[in-house]
Amino acid sequence: MPDDSVILPDPSPNLLFTGPEWDFDKIQRVFDAVQEIAIGELGLDVYPNQIELITSEQMLDAYASVGLPLMYRHWSFGKRFARDEALYRRGMQGLAYEIVINSSPCISYIMEENSMAMQTLVIAHAAFGHNHFFKNNYLFKQWTDAAGILDYLTFARDFVSRCEEQHGVAAVERTLDAAHTLMNHGVHRYARRPTLNLEQERRRGEDRRRYEEETYDDLWSKTVFSDAARIADPEGLERLKVETRRKLGLPEENLLYFIEKRAPGLEGWQRELVRIVRLISQYFYPQKQTRLMNEGCATFCHYEICNRLHEKGLIDEGTLLEILHSHTSVVFQPNYDDQRYSGINPYALGFAMMRDIKRICTEPTDEDREWFPEIAGNNDPYATLRNAWANFRDESFVQQYLSPKVIRDFRLFRVLDDAGAEALVVNAIHDARGYKEIRLALAKHYDLARHDPDIQVKDVDLAGDRCLVLAHTVHDGILLDEPSCRAVLRHVSTLWRYGVRLEEIDATTDKVLKTHEVPAD
Amino acid sequence: MNIIDRRPNPKGKSVANRQRFLTRAKGEVKDALADALKNRKIADGAGTGGKVSIPTRGITEPTFRNSSRGGRRDHVVPGNREFVVGDQIQRPQGGEGGGGGQAGNEDGGEQDAFEFALSKEEFLDLFFEDLELPDLIKRELKETEAFQLARAGFSIAGTPATLNLVRTMRNSLARRISLNRPNPDEVAALEARIAEARTRGDDDDEMKAKQELDELQRRLKRIAFIDPVDVRYNRFERHPKPNTQAVMFCLMDVSGSMTEAMKDLAKRFFLLLHVFLLKRYKQVDIVFIRHTSNAQEVDEETFFHSRETGGTIVSTALEEMMRVVKERYRPEAWNIYAAQASDGDNYTEDSAHCTEIMDQQILPSCQYFAYIEVGPENGMRTGFAAPATDLWRTYAELTEGHPQFSMRRVADRTQIFPVFHDLFKKKTEHS
Repeated sequence: MPDDSVILPDPSPNLLFTGPEWDFDKIQRVFDAVQEIAIGELGLDVYPNQIELITSEQMLDAYASVGLPLMYRHWSFGKRFARDEALYRRGMQGLAYEIVINSSPCISYIMEENSMAMQTLVIAHAAFGHNHFFKNNYLFKQWTDAAGILDYLTFARDFVSRCEEQHGVAAVERTLDAAHTLMNHGVHRYARRPTLNLEQERRRGEDRRRYEEETYDDLWSKTVFSDAARIADPEGLERLKVETRRKLGLPEENLLYFIEKRAPGLEGWQRELVRIVRLISQYFYPQKQTRLMNEGCATFCHYEICNRLHEKGLIDEGTLLEILHSHTSVVFQPNYDDQRYSGINPYALGFAMMRDIKRICTEPTDEDREWFPEIAGNNDPYATLRNAWANFRDESFVQQYLSPKVIRDFRLFRVLDDAGAEALVVNAIHDARGYKEIRLALAKHYDLARHDPDIQVKDVDLAGDRCLVLAHTVHDGILLDEPSCRAVLRHVSTLWRYGVRLEEIDATTDKVLKTHEVPAD
Repeated sequence: MNIIDRRPNPKGKSVANRQRFLTRAKGEVKDALADALKNRKIADGAGTGGKVSIPTRGITEPTFRNSSRGGRRDHVVPGNREFVVGDQIQRPQGGEGGGGGQAGNEDGGEQDAFEFALSKEEFLDLFFEDLELPDLIKRELKETEAFQLARAGFSIAGTPATLNLVRTMRNSLARRISLNRPNPDEVAALEARIAEARTRGDDDDEMKAKQELDELQRRLKRIAFIDPVDVRYNRFERHPKPNTQAVMFCLMDVSGSMTEAMKDLAKRFFLLLHVFLLKRYKQVDIVFIRHTSNAQEVDEETFFHSRETGGTIVSTALEEMMRVVKERYRPEAWNIYAAQASDGDNYTEDSAHCTEIMDQQILPSCQYFAYIEVGPENGMRTGFAAPATDLWRTYAELTEGHPQFSMRRVADRTQIFPVFHDLFKKKTEHS
């Protein structure tokens, strides 16, 4: 049509971009604008950013290696890839818009298929939201080394492939399989006692040797004090056992650590493989403990930033609507009786709680003043949130900040399911009596220590058949799933080389409820 | 900020892991494949890949996890509309615990199936894995020995294309060092000295340096940078490669008595055979012969796609096959295979002739002859309940004394795969 009678409104001169197409210039412009808001207004503190453009196929690849850019080879990653690919090809599962890696520089993958509006959303979400969280949350600070992870992964990949050349793929696979089964039990939950430095270690050893020389008594050590003599004597045997446990540092809840350090039959390279699995597991541990907060933080950031972009006239209505459309589908929370329900959506709850904190800071009600006297009406929502992001994990965050309003909005209720009782009982709903109960119960849900079975190395029968004894502390009468437990124990005995026994011990009564045993293979 | 475009990076980072996974799950995948094939239609161009769903036995990644039954559990769930404190909710049927997930069976054997898609290559590899052409032994001895080139050290003669640069340069360097060939730095240093001496006006030094330079340059000319004695070529040896020659004859009855369904079955069988041969035996010749009351050799396209109708004289096809054999595939030199598909109808007078050709000519020169009889699709599932057809009775007599002859019936498309597998499965006990 040469004579175009429709007069389009003049696009605002400030717009960063129009239309769905993206190019590198636009991304750079958007990044700068987002950065201005994120750093200048929200006060975020981020690692340097690196944005990588990938195709959907590469995204599938990235999925398969648990989101890390490089990984050693293992069939389980192939399995994950096959499943994701099948789901994706049938359209049953969309791809994530982005993957972000906790490293310095912080790498965000964005897909070429996305429109410019989506890229804007992703940059605000990943490159600033997640990035800030990675850099500031105390768990990440304490447990992960963002600057070193990529180098370590390179080392791990090369080490595994060297082992495969030297010892065969099958042998390496067997060790990795076994170590993978214990991944969830390969983390230190608490900071360890600082290890003595080498100088102190040496002096301690010398002191001990000197003491032994001074007190040397052939007759004594060969009869009364010898291991053989002590095993014969029941009291001595008991003392020997206690001593062994102390020497081995038992009880130990980090099973992989214990195996790496103490397993009698492992070769050096196998120990290193176990260590690799353990360290990677440790690297992911903070992410598992902060899913709600991490996603909430990123979602909150992109929401605030995108709205500000629009307020400043940098993006047009269409773009904002597209962004909000995908935002709302991300924070959608189906009800418990909905077919789509599969637990509480961390994006939804995290975002709602953070929005609510902002509200409490700026427009508190009397209820808020009563519940959150320290933050209500302080008029500095971003500083309040930055503090929450830095110093909490999911469990403590819910316990501290889940407000009655959010409980009412989600219409949360608590159900007690006792296998002994005939029916489930509703014992708290969103009313004045229920808020605290629901808050406490929900916080417990996010406590990984309650989520993963509580399993520790209890003992090693060094005087006998070297059987490794594990103990499962049973809370609320919930036992281990038997078939998977037996399968895991078989893997453990592959690493330990001797028999393995697992006792399920009730937390309150100390009674042994059940014992699983796997002989040496 | 950095923006890095990773799109040109190689795809398929997961391929190695995927292969490992397939190797690991091979047993299960094959079982599942066999199951899947029973219900599967082969479209033209059989085996375009497919979805398989395998039980997760060998590929589980067990972890310690809480049992989904028993104990006291607390759930916090959203979306309360009608409940007040103290309400009782009946346990959902079939499972304990609101968010529990499926409970394992008592024996723990039941697990979720794992579903994924195989590529066409993977599918065919697995599908044809334990199939082969039997008795692929005869070999043409005289003319068509094929050679394969294999690296075998280095030589001092060769074509420029096979020049080994690394070896050549290494020799050259060794020679230059041992003969003390001046390097360019020394020349440059001398030239600088001359220039410097000239500016200083030191004629003595200039002369000396010039002489040294002349000497150096003479040596540079005498001692070449690369001498013919340095040059090395990659050497290749020709290794004779056993070259088995095989030809597969596909004989199909397209007469009027064959219904569309039967033709469809026969075509499916040949399609499968065709894909199998292409996939596993790159060198195999394939001859397509179709017949009604007379037979003709046709090309692949005509064989699979064109329609024809008429009466049935089976011996024409056998004669046509023998004609082609005599013309192009001498039995002494070629491994000859044949597969014939028919509905079993034949002129009764022709049966004796067929027996004769088969017994006297075809079977003695064949490594393997498979006869597939297609029955009506809605008829008896197994052919044995139906009255034997003319051709079946005729051929049945041949099975004795001819181990290379096999016959099977197919009445339904679901039987094609099992029968095909049966006909071409690896015979390990064979000497």
